[in-house]
Amino acid sequence: MSIAQNLSNAMVLASTYILIAIGLTMVYGVLKVLHIAHAGVYASGAFIGLIAFNFAREFFTPLLEDARLASNLSFWFSLPIAMLVAGVMGVLIYLLVYRYTWGKSPTISLVASVGLFTLIQDLLQKPFLLGPRQQPYPAGGAGMPRIETPWFTLTPTQVLILVVTLVLLAIVYFILNRTRIGLGWQAAALDPEMAAAVGVNVTRVILLNFFIGSMLAGAAGVLVGVYDNMVFATMGDVPSYKAFVVVVLGGLGSVAGTIVAGIVLAIAETFMVAFAGSLMPRDAIAFLVLILLLMFRPRGLLGRA
Amino acid sequence: MDYFISLAVFAGIWVVLALSLNILMGYAGQVSLGQAAFFGIGAYTSGILALKFDQPFVVGFFAAIVLTGLVGAFLGLPSLRVRHDFLVLATMGVNFVVVAIFKYVDFFGGALGLIDIPTPRFFGITNEIPYLILVWLYVGVAILVSWYLSKTWTGLALNTVRLNEEAAAAVGVSVPRFKIYAFIISAALAGGAGSLYAHYLKSLFPDNFYFVESIVILSMVVVGGVGTLRGPILGAIVLRALPELLRDLHDYRFAMYGGLIVLMMLFQPMGLLGDESTLMRGIRRILKREVTNGRAA
Repeated sequence: MSIAQNLSNAMVLASTYILIAIGLTMVYGVLKVLHIAHAGVYASGAFIGLIAFNFAREFFTPLLEDARLASNLSFWFSLPIAMLVAGVMGVLIYLLVYRYTWGKSPTISLVASVGLFTLIQDLLQKPFLLGPRQQPYPAGGAGMPRIETPWFTLTPTQVLILVVTLVLLAIVYFILNRTRIGLGWQAAALDPEMAAAVGVNVTRVILLNFFIGSMLAGAAGVLVGVYDNMVFATMGDVPSYKAFVVVVLGGLGSVAGTIVAGIVLAIAETFMVAFAGSLMPRDAIAFLVLILLLMFRPRGLLGRA
Repeated sequence: MDYFISLAVFAGIWVVLALSLNILMGYAGQVSLGQAAFFGIGAYTSGILALKFDQPFVVGFFAAIVLTGLVGAFLGLPSLRVRHDFLVLATMGVNFVVVAIFKYVDFFGGALGLIDIPTPRFFGITNEIPYLILVWLYVGVAILVSWYLSKTWTGLALNTVRLNEEAAAAVGVSVPRFKIYAFIISAALAGGAGSLYAHYLKSLFPDNFYFVESIVILSMVVVGGVGTLRGPILGAIVLRALPELLRDLHDYRFAMYGGLIVLMMLFQPMGLLGDESTLMRGIRRILKREVTNGRAA
């Protein structure tokens, strides 16, 4: 495969990493908590999306003649729902758990987060949702075109991921940089106490944090589920780990850093698999990067101390 | 009868695992989510020695302890440079890597695991009771080690490290040295448990040592009471026995472990039997009343 093709594949991968990691870095920025349960929200997004998708498809297919159209409509119906549920889930996690554990030692929040993650993941496999076996999420490209250039090709699904990511990131950028509450977030990320002292409603910022970050994770879950055509309860396991690599690499609390780091990691993984595939499994890169980072440059690429 | 013996064997193994994590987390304050990795390393070491090198159980057992201890020293190195919460990530990663090695390297049997590990034989006795006794003897060793550790200078040093690393260094406690000690002891104990596990179960699969198992061990320590001796013992026994006795719970046991961790962190972060927990305070009050009842007010 050509370099250009690898690069374009890497960008698609990077998009999913970025969507998950932004929520993590936002939460860390304000609460200084490693929100491991975030991966549970991600997986939940995929599940809710799939359930909504199946439901919508049952509804639309007999209504419209075109199965393709029905499928696409169902996807665009399932995505916002998944995002909404994920967002609410994130907020609930804060309201029910972190709000109380925050004042105590950081270890307590961390351990609670781990427990939450385990709880969520186990519940996802239960029959009242989709059952323990993996499910397909056959939304395909959801109406997106196939892009063919002389240097690389993007399948409709890949185009879908890139488009959704770009739109979501643009919205997040707008919120963070052009609205008052975004300003408040930046202040709170720098120094929650000072921000509160100058009148920033830190609680509202935190809630917004969790809501947006979790929504993005939910979207990531849906997109990955569609891309791999596979939704399964433990799909949060590897991201629970890799997303943190992206976050630390980018510099904890830095949204821009997360974007850069996501791209860097995706490129590293894609090119390693393409050119040195037998050296080590793809996921090992993330682990190596993390160990090296934690030991030698915990600040990451763009982070403050 | 066999069922209860089996239950008791596993309970003993989990008690040791909980105690081993307790030394690392409770004494030294190193939050680790990789205990299952040490468990697995010990299990595989013992299993491979028995299966592929025809070594008797005794050799495998002690080799597991020594080897896992050494690996523990090595894997403890990141803890020297890495802050508390990030150590969790690092240990998570270690767990993933160890399991991946077991899964993808053929020498360890790959995804199909190791099977037909020979049973150790004790003086020709054929039922499992000697094995049960052996396991609980090992539990006794683990308890002794934990108790003794808490009474020695090393235990004191570990506590200091846990409470405040900078202060510890300021008074001359070598933080790196004691962190590594904690890792070695913790890993060695877990490795021994792994060996016992391997020879009892007679087959090993990489997924038995997955990250989730580390969380289970964590939950035992956390629910019981971090840092105490009685806490992890009780936590391990209760959390292992509960899903067995209540069949409905069995399907939801990981949800239970996770949920219990969350509840504990919210309401009793020191554990059910931790030093300042509601239960312990109640017990102390009752005991005090009984004592003073014997004398004149």
